[in-house]
This record gives sequence, structure tokens and C-alpha cells, in this order.
Amino acid sequence: MSEHSQTGKRPIGWMGIHRGHKARPLEWLAEKFIFLVSLSAILVIFLIFLFVAREALPLFLGRMDSALVKPVIPPGDMDKHTPEELRQYLGLDAAKFKAMDRETLQLLMEVKVEAQNEIPENFRNDKDARINTTQWRYLVLPHQWTGYDQPEYIWQPVGQIHKYNIVPLFVGSLKTTLIGLLFAVPLAVGAAIYVSQLARPRVREILKPTIELLSGIPSVVIGFFALLVMATAFQHVFGYETRLNAFVAGIALGFAIIPIVFSISEDALTSVPRSYTQAALALGASRWQTAWQVVLPAALPGVFAAVILGFGRAMGETMIVLMVCSASVMSWSIFDSARSITTTIAAEMAEAVSGGHHYRILFMLGVLLFAVAFASNMIADVVMHRLKHRLEGKR
Amino acid sequence: MNMKTKLTRLITPLALTVAISVPALAHAGSITVKGSDTMVILAQKWAEVYMGKQPETKIQVTGGGTGTGFAALQNRTTDLCNASRKIKAAEQGKCIEAFGARPTEYKVALDGLSVYLHADNPVKELSLEQLESIFTGKIKNWKEVGGPDAAITVYSRENSSGTYEFFKEHVLKGKDFMASAETKPGTAAVLQAVAKDKGGIGYGGAAYGAGAKHLSVKKDGSSPAVEPTEESVVNGSYPISRHLFIYVNPKLDQGETAAFLKWIRSDEGQKLVQEVGYYPLPQNLRAK
Repeated sequence: MSEHSQTGKRPIGWMGIHRGHKARPLEWLAEKFIFLVSLSAILVIFLIFLFVAREALPLFLGRMDSALVKPVIPPGDMDKHTPEELRQYLGLDAAKFKAMDRETLQLLMEVKVEAQNEIPENFRNDKDARINTTQWRYLVLPHQWTGYDQPEYIWQPVGQIHKYNIVPLFVGSLKTTLIGLLFAVPLAVGAAIYVSQLARPRVREILKPTIELLSGIPSVVIGFFALLVMATAFQHVFGYETRLNAFVAGIALGFAIIPIVFSISEDALTSVPRSYTQAALALGASRWQTAWQVVLPAALPGVFAAVILGFGRAMGETMIVLMVCSASVMSWSIFDSARSITTTIAAEMAEAVSGGHHYRILFMLGVLLFAVAFASNMIADVVMHRLKHRLEGKR
Repeated sequence: MNMKTKLTRLITPLALTVAISVPALAHAGSITVKGSDTMVILAQKWAEVYMGKQPETKIQVTGGGTGTGFAALQNRTTDLCNASRKIKAAEQGKCIEAFGARPTEYKVALDGLSVYLHADNPVKELSLEQLESIFTGKIKNWKEVGGPDAAITVYSRENSSGTYEFFKEHVLKGKDFMASAETKPGTAAVLQAVAKDKGGIGYGGAAYGAGAKHLSVKKDGSSPAVEPTEESVVNGSYPISRHLFIYVNPKLDQGETAAFLKWIRSDEGQKLVQEVGYYPLPQNLRAK
């Protein structure tokens, strides 16, 4: 004992075993259990990402081919090709190919020929029929498809020619998200300033939980309300043509993110040291001046983090946009319809041929969404840390 | 995200299917049915009545979509696959890879697709060609087809629906729907949107109906306009109709499964089709 106190160190062994399990075995167990739980949470997130990325991988590697018309090998010519050529033609992996007997292979080849014969004549000669539409230039750049007057961004994944341009979906997601943020952020931050700085304690005790209760409303309910009530009411007020549009969806999204932005910015505003407020008031500033010019700037990084988290939530929200509008139109006008990325995944996954190009494209959208969510959360985290340092005067 | 996908499906009322369970007997055979959301109610009705007749057979019905059904057929997690469209070559290939044979196809019912208009819209009939122009966006105003001077709003189904594919292939002749066509997750949603929109037009099962007007359709400019009724759908004079299918792994098409399939296609099974709101097979396609 005396030895340790001299060096200032306590006997800590591997994972704290020496210190813990002798003195307080239960505490040690609980600690390790919590450690395992948090570790498994990280592991699960990692595995989900790995799964999503794995399903999208062939697309990133350019291994998918969605061309309508492909060269065929008649089943009769089976012996003229090497097994390796046949394997690649049928798109099988080596183990599966080996396990198959000759008849099965022949059947598979017949199906391939039949599929080509089923193509209607007008599509067989279409200039787009030989295009692999999963190439990046067709995914992100406009292309003049047959029947269109000019190059356009088209998301029409089901049909003879699969048009997978993801730009309208990104525009749709961004459009609804930005409208939602523009609507929600001023309201939520304003409410946060009022509740944390200006309201009397009794009013605050009622207001804060009430606004936070909004987050308990399931997004389906908000979507349903927007679809039936808000859409009609807004059309009366603004008189636009499309009843269900990005504006209605955006405002409904706003309702979903108000509690998040409010709750986090309120915390940020409240955590500004009281000495700031007292100093400002002592110098003769009014309560409003103090809140607006002293407390808000001090809490700005926290408020910014709240906005970013709200952005992440709005980008990831599926149900509201799915219920309100879903036309994949390429337009920045807020009174046109929009189709978000999450809507697309939710609506189309059930029917996509598993392992096919449509399926892989949907997973790729998932990966991109993951990247956006990860980036926005990371920015929020960095800003939160800056806030902490700033308030502790470490910067 | 995967969670959300699941959530959405849960909310779609059609997908909200409950496995029908009966007390399992020791020697009970069990048939699982999975696939098209359109057919869930129909399949449940068949299962319910059949289990009432044959208590030793246990049938479980779930939805999820035609594509999901085919995936399950390949993994052998289902015996029967409901499909509101024909199997695709790629899916057939997957089935052959999995069990070495093409799945057997049975036509089990007929479905007529109606074109819905708002009840106040004076337009009563359109030709297939006019419908194609409207849904691809070439005709944008009702006055071009003899209606009032008002913009047309097009409502469509989600592209995961068999109805969407059928309409695209047979009415639009494979052309794309206009980009601003509003897609809806179910026939009821399309109907509800059209009922609320004076310039709206949409499509869906003929059996659905309340709230909007069903359009009479002309095959071409000179042929008579035909209203979607049971008679016109079954005798084929109404131009937009399709078959509903059940697919089965031929190696499993025996014993109780085969008996159930035969019963579905018998007069008795076909009578239930009408009760649920689809159209029965013509006599020559039924099982004797």
C-alpha cells in the first residue's frame, strides 16, 4: 500500500482485473457487460453498413449489365464454347456452375434465348437497347432516350429499358429537406430562445415538454394529415396546380424535425454560463438584447449542430414524403412534385429481382444515404465539441 | 433503412397479412403461399374456405409483393407464389439454378383494369391511343379529348406494382409514364386521389370503384366503347384485362398442394374470386 502511494499509481492490471474483481466483483461485471453492449452496438452498425455496401458492390465495380439486347448463344452451340465462357455467359459463380448437370445448363440457356425473343420488335431496334444503363454516365448525366425531345434526367427503373438516373431523386430529397429546414429552423430556434431565455419558469415547464411531445407523433400520422388536410388547404391558399407537391411534403417534414432542432438548441442555449447573461444585464442590456446578442452567439455552434441533425433526420425520413408526393420529376420548383431517395428504396425494394440491377441500384442509393447521414452526423459532432471547448474557455 | 422499408410494408394495409393458423394435427400437411399484394385477400379467402373443408391441411398466406414471392420460391421458403404478372426470364433462370426446373404456371383468376376519372368530369370514353398520349404526357389538357379546359393530373401506381407494369406494357406500349405522374402505393390511394382531383386520371382494378367514375375504353378510334363489367372482362371485349397467376415448384406440385391448386381452379374456387372482387376464369381454363 505504501509503495503505491509513493509512486502515485494504483495497481491496475489487465482490463482492471486486479483492482476490480477483488474489491467489487459485481461492479466489475456490470462494467464489462456495459462495455460489451456498447461494443455490439458499434459492431451491428458496422455489419449493416457492410451488408448494404456488399449488395451494392457489383454496381460500383461496373459488373452489372442492364442492356436489353444481349448477344445469345443458342443452346445447340453449347459444346463450341469452353466451360469458362459458358459460366460467364450465364453469370454463375464457379461452385454453382460445377454443381449443375448438363440439362440444367441447357435449360438456363434456353431461358436466355426466350428472354431475348420476348423483346418487342420496336425495342429490339431501339438505339438505347444495347446500352448498359448502370454505367455512371447514365446514372448522373442526362441522356436523350428514344421518344424524348432533349437529353433528360429520367428515373424509370421498370420497363424494357431501365432508366436509372439518380439525379431527380437527389433533387427531390434535397428539395423537401430544405423546405422543411427553412420552415422548421426559424420556428424551432425562436421557440428555443423564448423558452430558455425569456419565458417565465411556469410557462417554460409547460412549453418545453409540449414541443418535445411533437417528436412522439409517428411520421405516418403526420404524412396522413398532410395528405388529407394540408394538401387541400394549401392548394386553396396558394392556388397551385399540382395538389401533392414538394412544398406540402416539406412543411410536413418540418413538423417532424421541429422537436429535434428545438430540443438540442434549447439545451445549447441553456448551457451558456449564467455569468454571460448576468454581465449583459448588469451593463444595461434588455432581456431581448441579452438573448439575441449575447446568448445566441455563444450557443451558435450548438444551434448549428441541431440544424445539421435536423437535416439528417429530414433526409432519412421516409413515410411523410412517401405518402405525400412521389413523382420522380426533375425540377427545382417547390410547387412541383418530388421523389426522395428513401421513398424510392421503400417503394421499390419489394419487387426488385433480388440480385438484379434494380436491386443493386437501390442498395447503392442506401450507401449514398449512409454517406450523407454519416457526414452530417460527423459535422454535428465536431461542432458540438467546439461548443463545449468554447464554453469551457479552452479555445 | 431496412427497418423503414419493413415499416412501410407493414403500414400498407394489403401487406398487413396475418398468417392464418389452425390447430396443427400431428400428420397435418402445411402449404405456404407468398407473393403479390394484389392477391393477398383473394388467397386468404381461398385458404380460409379450403381449410374449412379440409381441416387437416394448414395454409399460411403472406404478401410482400410478386418479386418477394419469386425470391421465396427460389429459396424454397414458400410452396406457392402468387403473381400479378408473368414470371420474368431472370426469375425463371434463378428458379432453374435453385431447383433445376421451370416453375409451373397456373392461371387462377382474371382482373380488369379500369381507368378512373373524377365524378364531375364529362369525358365518358377514350381510346387506348388517347390513354397512351395522356399517360405519357403528350396530351396535357382535357379539352384535347373533348373535355373542359383544365389541366390533366396523372396518377399512377408505384413501379413495384404488377399493375404498373401491365399498364405500361399494354396501354403505353412500353413507353415511359410522364415524369410528373404522381405514383401511389395502392389502388385505393389512386382512387382516393382521383376522387379529390377534378382534373385527375388514374388506373387500377375494376373491382375497386367507389368515389370515381370508370371510363369506357375503345380498342381503337373506330371500335365501340366498352364498359368494364364482369361480362366484358371475362369474354375479352374489354381491352385492358390480365390474368393472375400462381407459380409452383414442379417437384412440390403433388399431394395436398396439387389438390389445393386444382380446387382453386374448380367452379367452387372460382366462385370465391367473384366474392373478393376479381373475375373468374372462363370455363375452358378451369380445372375439371
